[in-house]
Amino acid sequence: MLHMLEHVFVEQSLVAAFAVIGGLILVSNFLGKRLTRGRVHGSAIAIVLGLVLAYFGGLATGGKRGLADIPALAGIGLMGGAMLRDFAIVATAFEVDVIEARRAGLLGVVALALGTVLPFLVGTLTAVAFGYHDAVSITTIGAGAITYIVGPVTGAALGADSTVMALSIATGVTKAVMVMVGTPLVARLIGLDNPRSAMAYGGLMGTVSGVAGGLAATDPKLVPYGALTATFHTGIGCLVGPSLLFLIVRALVG
Amino acid sequence: MTILGVALLALCTLIGVFLGDLLGILLDVKANVGGVGIAMILLIAARVWLLRHDRLGHATKLGVEFWASMYIPIVVAMAAQQNVVAAVSGGPIVIIAAVGSVLLCFAATALLGRIGGRAPRDAAEVEQAGAVIAGETTAPMRPSTTAGR
Repeated sequence: MLHMLEHVFVEQSLVAAFAVIGGLILVSNFLGKRLTRGRVHGSAIAIVLGLVLAYFGGLATGGKRGLADIPALAGIGLMGGAMLRDFAIVATAFEVDVIEARRAGLLGVVALALGTVLPFLVGTLTAVAFGYHDAVSITTIGAGAITYIVGPVTGAALGADSTVMALSIATGVTKAVMVMVGTPLVARLIGLDNPRSAMAYGGLMGTVSGVAGGLAATDPKLVPYGALTATFHTGIGCLVGPSLLFLIVRALVG
Repeated sequence: MTILGVALLALCTLIGVFLGDLLGILLDVKANVGGVGIAMILLIAARVWLLRHDRLGHATKLGVEFWASMYIPIVVAMAAQQNVVAAVSGGPIVIIAAVGSVLLCFAATALLGRIGGRAPRDAAEVEQAGAVIAGETTAPMRPSTTAGR
């Protein structure tokens, strides 16, 4: 009986994912309304629950894709994978207020520049503080603090050590998770409540998954503005990481 | 027809990602440079064009807005497949680098958001967009906003 049920879940993986995620959101909305009296967004709870489940899924299977590594829940991998994620992000652009977005254009560019340099600086300083002295390792760890894609792309281009690579990816993933969880907590403090600041936020935080999750948990109306700038972040990071930033680091540490 | 909206969205995404890949090759980068952002700009342009020529029907709109309203569930699914184990067991260097950069960037957001800040313009439209993305309203039920423009 249980075996048959699992068979259905495996065969109908994407449909099963719709049902499971729908159930998770239903529970989260209920918790948000009853336990926090609506003070915490249901979607914020759902994202945190998703991360918690991903932790246990990862522990149970030893894989890298959280719940999606459980065969019966493999559809979550498709539903939350890059393809449908990007498809849905593009769809939110349909709701963009063009004038608002255009006005904040320059701000977005400044945010993108700062969002690349600041995390890189923190990452490299941390690497140096923990005893890394070669330019390749320092740059790779610094790039990981930009996003978890920039890290390995930079590391691969520079021929970094695999343990450094792992550290770099882990830094990026931790950053993404922290942005998802942290954004709704600090949103009011940092004035994240209008399209303008959302565009600055997207460019600064960068990591698309972090920004996507963080804004969804904070205020859905800000999603397209943040996503618009955030999607340029990884590309820019991959551009300057192995080139400009590496050259600067090499010039400094020799 | 609804599929036309979905197809429009798909077309914008495909062209955007293609151009992003192309830009990556031109810049000699092993990544897609802003493909999704380009796709978003294409979709915004398409919407403006359709509105201007009064060709944006309810069904077409529904095709796009359905996917916008699936955004949060998809993000929850994305959260459920993150490598949280690696994030939690990363050790001090990972935690310090990640926490430090996140806090610094939050602070910079607060700063940048205030520079040249001004009263939010026309909140109603942005508000309604939020309701669509949150999946709280369905497009065909609300009065048409396309006819009057």
